[in-house]
Amino acid sequence: MAAPVDADFRTRLQIWLPKLVLSPSLAMALVFVYGFILFTVYLSFTDSRILPSFGWVGLENYFKLFRLRHWEIAVTNMGVFAVLYMLICTAIGLTLAIFFDQKIRGEGVLRPIYLYPMALSFIVTGTAWKWMLDPGIGLENTMHALGWESFAFDWIKNRNYAIYTVVLAAVWQTSGFVMAMFLAGLRGIDNEILKAAQIDGASNWNLYRRIIIPQLRPAFLSAFVILAHLAIKTYDLVIALTGGGPGRATELPATFMYSYTFTRNQMGIGAASATIMLMTIAAIMIPYLYSELRERK
Amino acid sequence: MAAMQQESAIRTSNTARVLIYLLLLLFAFFYLLPLFVMGVNSVKPLSEITGGNMMALPEIWTLEPWRKAWSEAQVGVQATGLKPYFWNSIKMVVPAVFISTILGALNGYVLTKWRFRGDTILFGLMLFACFIPFQIVLIPMARVLGIFALAGTTWGLVLVHVVYGIGFTTLYFRNYYAAFPTELVRAAQIDGAGFFQIFWRIMLPSSGPIIVVSVIWQFTNIWNDFLFGASFADFSSQPMTVALNNLVQSSTGVKEYNVHFAGAILAALPTLLVYIVAGRFFVRGLMAGSVKG
Amino acid sequence: MGFLDIDSAFKTYGSVEVLHNVNISVGEGEFLVLVGPSGCGKSTLLNMIAGLEDITSGEIRLKGNLMNGVHPSRRNIAMVFQSYALYPNMTVAQNITFGLEMHKVPKAERESAMQEVAELLQIGGLLNRKPAQLSGGQRQRVAMGRALVRKPEVFLFDEPLSNLDAKLRVDMRTEIKKLHQNLGTTIVYVTHDQIEAMTLSTRIAVMNEGHVQQLGTPKEIYDTPANLFVATFMGSPSMNLVPVTISANGEAVCAETSNSFGETVRLAVPEAGSDLRSMSGKTVTLGIRPEALTDKDGADHRSTHVERCASAVGVTEPAGSDTFVTTSFGEAECVARMRADTDASSGAVIEFAFNMEKAVFFDPKSGIRID
Ligand SMILES: Nc1ncnc2c1ncn2[C@@H]1O[C@H](COP(=O)(O)OP(=O)(O)OP(=O)(O)O)[C@@H](O)[C@H]1O
Ligand SMILES: [Mg+2]
Repeated sequence: MAAPVDADFRTRLQIWLPKLVLSPSLAMALVFVYGFILFTVYLSFTDSRILPSFGWVGLENYFKLFRLRHWEIAVTNMGVFAVLYMLICTAIGLTLAIFFDQKIRGEGVLRPIYLYPMALSFIVTGTAWKWMLDPGIGLENTMHALGWESFAFDWIKNRNYAIYTVVLAAVWQTSGFVMAMFLAGLRGIDNEILKAAQIDGASNWNLYRRIIIPQLRPAFLSAFVILAHLAIKTYDLVIALTGGGPGRATELPATFMYSYTFTRNQMGIGAASATIMLMTIAAIMIPYLYSELRERK
Repeated sequence: MAAMQQESAIRTSNTARVLIYLLLLLFAFFYLLPLFVMGVNSVKPLSEITGGNMMALPEIWTLEPWRKAWSEAQVGVQATGLKPYFWNSIKMVVPAVFISTILGALNGYVLTKWRFRGDTILFGLMLFACFIPFQIVLIPMARVLGIFALAGTTWGLVLVHVVYGIGFTTLYFRNYYAAFPTELVRAAQIDGAGFFQIFWRIMLPSSGPIIVVSVIWQFTNIWNDFLFGASFADFSSQPMTVALNNLVQSSTGVKEYNVHFAGAILAALPTLLVYIVAGRFFVRGLMAGSVKG
Repeated sequence: MGFLDIDSAFKTYGSVEVLHNVNISVGEGEFLVLVGPSGCGKSTLLNMIAGLEDITSGEIRLKGNLMNGVHPSRRNIAMVFQSYALYPNMTVAQNITFGLEMHKVPKAERESAMQEVAELLQIGGLLNRKPAQLSGGQRQRVAMGRALVRKPEVFLFDEPLSNLDAKLRVDMRTEIKKLHQNLGTTIVYVTHDQIEAMTLSTRIAVMNEGHVQQLGTPKEIYDTPANLFVATFMGSPSMNLVPVTISANGEAVCAETSNSFGETVRLAVPEAGSDLRSMSGKTVTLGIRPEALTDKDGADHRSTHVERCASAVGVTEPAGSDTFVTTSFGEAECVARMRADTDASSGAVIEFAFNMEKAVFFDPKSGIRID
């Protein structure tokens, strides 16, 4: 029998152990994530060049940043890329998911085919599409070899169109995954509701438009959050596909940050661009995480 | 994911079905195309690619590009092939996956079965770490790795991947353990099992599915990482993705497309294999990372 | 001092108080049942006894030893959970011996203890199965085996039968009762099934919203509920509540109400206490159980205080062994329990018999019983 002490050693230990076990991870998050964020944000207010330096310059780096043509291109590209990437992925994902939901034979074969790109590195994806779209050896060359001499497809080499090839490769990589998200949403809808609506005489078109798609709100939200966050972080794909070129035609904030910080030795400006990227993601992720974590008790 | 099994109650006409199948096949073609192109052109002599049709099957089949990509090709400055980098990746991925999964499991266990005031906020803090643009930590991370003499080492990369992977593994295990009956933990407590005994004897033996998800997810992410590898590694630790990029982008000499394709497949092979063997877990992991709850 | 004492126990989660000043003393060998509606704090109290939840203030003592802060495994208690909480990755045998293993009992001893329990519960044939391969009733037995094998001072049961089907529940109920009689251990048992509470317990604690409403033997709880909550919570169909006006006339005390036609009905109250007497002229609530409100032939013949009055039948509900007949008194719907072959039919006017020995009275405002 335990002696009547107010909490024996073992019990006290058991109370502290969980927190003790959690603490290394927490400490890592605090130092390597939040500490580092503070450090980088601080650097963005300093005159750091090749190395961090601590001369305070206020908002100057931000003013410089917004006057840079290079940054303007990166931000414009980001806008074009993000909007197209998200819209096309969502459209393809939703369409394929709806098609898949029609008792498709061979779903077991098709689904892995749609999804495997997500398992690949963006570097692999970029390499594959880089050469496939290359006018010299890729699609254009193939069409010529097949006898369609006038065929021209040189977007990847064209300043005005190169960004769309990034969209193409990125859509190829992620749209299957978006399909899986919508499919899970569709399969989660109560079949009895659908049967009831059919008995009510709803056509398939109306069934989807009025009953099913409105119920996919959570899937839309998740898809939006995931895609937005992937879009803002896109880096490797551009490096492998176009290297940011031709010229600066496919620069994105992520590539901008890297080159300003590590190759052009403008660490202050690099830090400022990273801070802006973080704020953009935070504006999307924080409300999302907040609502997700609050609902579930 | 039980929902994946449910049959839809919707009926469609036959003409509509034909159209649907056509479109689905078209998309299958679209998704398979790059894999096909990589495969076919990795077993062709270079002349067949530059002079001919990328879609055509090889006239002369050869494994030479694969051999070259693996052990001979010029990667950066050295002509080592991708082999050493492949091992670099393995040496980095295995410990990083192992450590982050174990930590994630312990965190998930604490956050669901030993709850305390403010635990959700702590979890939110850890989870947000998964979504930050890593550009925001590159500068200080480079400094810290330098200070601890980890710059350019495999262990430095392991540390980085563990730090930024824990959020996801914690998320997986937390969601999984949330559905695990708390009464079992209480019964074990009454039986006299302590914190770690409950974890090893009760929780872990029932965690098979989520361990698979976590391992696959971490493996894929870490293997495919480029940014950290490019920022913090040197020759002795550069992972496969960085090496592949160096191989493809190297500006000297003729571009050996066939070697590039073979190299790309080599870089993709481990994750692709994992995907083929355990694809449904992979999908489940992707979903868990997005559709929470 | 009892065997297990709960003294002024409080429990709060944040700002929500879920248990208020609970005082229960359980004697050795007693079978205490905690009963109450969902969310009233039964499980919380049980978990506090087990040490799975901290006690916010107050004391829990086992054999006089203070248990506050003592680890669950060192309280010498065992618990059977509603979901059984069998470890899914272990066999039945491993499930049963896990606790002994954790307490570093030698293997041979564990083995023999397990055999003993397996025999007692007749689960010898299941020892190498995993919980997933067992039926609900078998799981229930294994869960009890896991508790028994430790030979604890106190058994805690949290709704152990609520996951079983009706037939099995009755069988297991009997079995638990036998076990208690044979082993003579102290048991605290949570249920929200009042039949279980009545049949198993030596004493019942009726709880509501974190308060112990009444603590007493099943008979006390049933016959003399402390308040309206206990009166209506225990018993099925529940006790009829009729508004009546008390009139004390010398020795005699009468309760006046009306029947379904609005005619005055006067019911003489035997052995009225002084409190009731002092309510003369006021309106109180008369509580009478359906079995004390019958047809005139069905009235308890041993009772010397049967009052009769006519009223119109609302609906009749034949239930096999009895027929339940509704009518109204004092504009309150009442259920009377009549013989199965009663000739009462809807709309007919028949005589109802009140067994006033079983009647109880409550203050309609506070709900407390008036003696
Ligand atoms: N961890 C907690 N945090 C806040 N409130 C809680 C917590 N656990 C229980 N409660 C609240 O305490 C009250 C009592 O819960 P308890 O589980 O003891 O009820 P119960 O009587 O066992 O009900 P049931 O019959 O449904 O099992 C409930 O209102 C519940 O919402
Ligand atoms: Mg309960």
